[in-house]
Amino acid sequence: MRVSPVLNGQVTTLEIEPQDLLLDVLRDRLDLTGAKRSCDVQVCGTCTVLVDGLPVSACTYLAAEIDGREVLTIEGLRELPAFEAISDAFGRHAAVQCGFCTPAMVLTIHALLAAGDLTDATAIRQGLAGNLCRCTGYRAIVDAVVDLTADQSAPGESAGGELAAAGTG
Amino acid sequence: MTIEAPRRRVVATPQIGRSMRRVDADDKLQGVASYVGDMSVPRMLHGKVLRSPVPHARIVSIDTTGALEMPGVMAVLTGADLLDIDPYWGHAIKDRPIVAIDLVRFAGEPVAAVAAVDAAIAEAAVRQIVVEYEDLPVVGTIDEALAPDSPLVHDGELRAGLFHGLGTLPERDGNICYRYGIDRGQVDDVFAGAEIVVEGDYTFPGVYQYAMETHSVIAQWDADGITMWATCQHPFLVRAEIASLFDVPLGKVRVIVPYLGGGFGSKSYTKMEPITVALARKAGRPVKIVNAVSESMVTTRRHGARIHMRTAADSSGTLLARDVAIAFDTGAYADNGPRVTATGGDAAPGPYRWSAIRVDAQCVYTNTAPSGSYRAFGASHVQWAGEMQVDEVARRAGLDALEVRRRNLLRPGEQVRPGGKPLDADLIGDVERVAAALGWHDPKAPDIGRGLSVGLLAAGAHPVSSAVVRLEADGEAIVLVGSTEMGQGQRTAFAQIAAEVLGLAAERVRCIGTDTRFTPYDRSTGASRSTTLAGLAVQRAAQQVRTDLLDIAALVWPGRDEAIELIDGSARCGDDHQTYPELIARRFGLSGGQLIGEGGVHPEGSGSYAEGPVFWEVCIGGAEVALDRDTGALTVTRTATVADVGKAINPQLVERQDEGATMQGIGNAMFEEMVFSDGLLLNDDLLEYRIPSTLDLPARSSCVIVENGDGPGPFGAKGCGEGAFAGIIGALATAVADVGVPMHELPLTPERVWKRIQELTPPMDKEARR
Repeated sequence: MRVSPVLNGQVTTLEIEPQDLLLDVLRDRLDLTGAKRSCDVQVCGTCTVLVDGLPVSACTYLAAEIDGREVLTIEGLRELPAFEAISDAFGRHAAVQCGFCTPAMVLTIHALLAAGDLTDATAIRQGLAGNLCRCTGYRAIVDAVVDLTADQSAPGESAGGELAAAGTG
Repeated sequence: MTIEAPRRRVVATPQIGRSMRRVDADDKLQGVASYVGDMSVPRMLHGKVLRSPVPHARIVSIDTTGALEMPGVMAVLTGADLLDIDPYWGHAIKDRPIVAIDLVRFAGEPVAAVAAVDAAIAEAAVRQIVVEYEDLPVVGTIDEALAPDSPLVHDGELRAGLFHGLGTLPERDGNICYRYGIDRGQVDDVFAGAEIVVEGDYTFPGVYQYAMETHSVIAQWDADGITMWATCQHPFLVRAEIASLFDVPLGKVRVIVPYLGGGFGSKSYTKMEPITVALARKAGRPVKIVNAVSESMVTTRRHGARIHMRTAADSSGTLLARDVAIAFDTGAYADNGPRVTATGGDAAPGPYRWSAIRVDAQCVYTNTAPSGSYRAFGASHVQWAGEMQVDEVARRAGLDALEVRRRNLLRPGEQVRPGGKPLDADLIGDVERVAAALGWHDPKAPDIGRGLSVGLLAAGAHPVSSAVVRLEADGEAIVLVGSTEMGQGQRTAFAQIAAEVLGLAAERVRCIGTDTRFTPYDRSTGASRSTTLAGLAVQRAAQQVRTDLLDIAALVWPGRDEAIELIDGSARCGDDHQTYPELIARRFGLSGGQLIGEGGVHPEGSGSYAEGPVFWEVCIGGAEVALDRDTGALTVTRTATVADVGKAINPQLVERQDEGATMQGIGNAMFEEMVFSDGLLLNDDLLEYRIPSTLDLPARSSCVIVENGDGPGPFGAKGCGEGAFAGIIGALATAVADVGVPMHELPLTPERVWKRIQELTPPMDKEARR
């Protein structure tokens, strides 16, 4: 079958099998290896890409479903202006370690920021709960997101609350 | 291990102690960092492994016809293909065949492997292989393995591997493949006369490391020999083991290690490399094998352990003696079990002043998935039990838990175990810092518990590392070192170390991944050793280049040696300066050439385990928990750790190590557990094996960095990243005991805690609560 998604801003036409998983198509056919394979059961989130702006687990998402939709992977996001702020915040907080979960984490954060869903510390923790990271222990990632939400909101309205105040010392 | 004093003051801006942005941050954020799973080589096939569904059986027959007939299948590997080599491997004990030969000893053991043109065909072909098994009795648990009439998991002679590093290995004794003991002082006499004796049995579960990137290997045979792109923490040990298995010279085996998606010990030593190399040999083409999570879970895991411990003290709370028996479940193959057993034995007494100590640690075979290294092994298994007993001594002596530790902890210079390095850290200072960070003396509600935990971990493994530093003609430097970047940030740390010595900004130093053909030898990446040992090699290599630069500069300004400084990429002498490219051009004529320095670290004595460790890693944690007595649910409200690192090369990365270890410690202590039944792993995916998410983040946590300059590494540094793991597990266990529920079995699931509450609640109280 044929699908025509808008992949990273480009209309792309692909010949696929109905049972093909989006992750296999991205990694094996298109060489977009920023999305990683790990748990295969939609738990770890390291295969996250955005479909019409929403995070999906590409390991369990049929490629057949992307026809006519916008698909954004890290290879596309890194070219957008919004990437720089996330990259800066992650670098500043050393929120990257092995890097295996990082592209997926960045995509999820981009989607949540764009939707305005990161209103407070609880929302940040809940919003990121579908992206596992075994290295960092999450605090640096949450602190980076707190910075990003502070950039978005008016002064004095940081979403971090206690989490921000209680960072490592 | 010391380094000569630099000839001159180094740089205006210190590169050490600077939280620079990780050198690999951009690669990783942009998704361009390459991992083995992302790579391919020309003519590459995809491999898939057929794994045994049963834990112990004789293989009656294997029929591969159906698989071989499938279009796209290029080769099928079975034990019959290995008759021309000695197919057994294992760095500690050579007990493991490349694929099963006649027998399977655990559910998940590789029985055959298929190479095909794509992964889907390989997976389908594996299902066409028909194996007939004749079941044998299953040794499912430590108790079953140690029963007098237990079937044997292995019955041949015990053959030592290339890298056990444990002196002379004893003979196998039933299902016990290794034993480590300490016996000092009159243990029985001291217990007989002691006013306080605490005794208990403790259980630590099998745990999955879950590096998010699973074990992955590409193997290729060609005229150059064997080349592997592999997820390995110890590429040089893998090289040696593959060279030995396939009988080729070391120089004809090449291991290339790109970025690793986490390791935590799961990628230490050899794992999926032998089967991938054997399959590539059979296929005559390169083969790539990428494990699924369910496969990596049975490739290696953390040992479950059973501990019986007694602690004796006098009525004033002075600790007198400890007597510990530990059995580690190493599964069907030894993997790193002997070292885990020795390290656990060393950690069992705890860092206290004892008049008598007895430790008997056993490494036991069972028909379960093999167990190996996982962050802070040994200490994580036993420290929590010992610390619960220290708290119980304090309770009976009427002392505060912090005070009993102040009175009994070893001081710097005191002997930790008979022989070996004395204590090289200020434990009392460290635990006081953690207690302060935790608000130890603050008032608390009845369902809040606080705990402290102190321990030591023999760190550094074997002290052999080397490095090469090259200063290129453009004035930028490259560091070659065989240590693996698995997330800890070693490339950043090495860049900073070299930069400090060279008088460069660390941003102008590149540290690349290991390729055993070009990077010099490094023993391993683990045991918190890289900054300390490989870092020292980098410092020494950079020092040679520095000496070269100063020699050239001395020709520029004859007779003014004393006035020459190396600052920010230039040699300066008074108001005059020459950039490094100018100095290099002066030596080599035109603008080509490079300055090359090499440095190394090797054992200064015999290098035996008994002389070690390289340093004692401090394992200190503090934790506060809130208990819901109606459900048994615990919430971790606060944690504190201390990173006693001598000197923090990059303080931010030190904090990240403790934060990551804290979260893994929370997972191990609170809910992670591999559940085996008759040798079968029941929860072999992430739906049923849960690891911590952001929802498990404590509301408050802190990491205190202590810099006493007392490490053997560069600039007084010593390693970190493991100690907090054992410290936090112990702190959580003691915190739950503090709230009145002493738990003897991990993890601390609500069900287990609730049952314990019922056991401890007198019947009348239960009535009253209804």
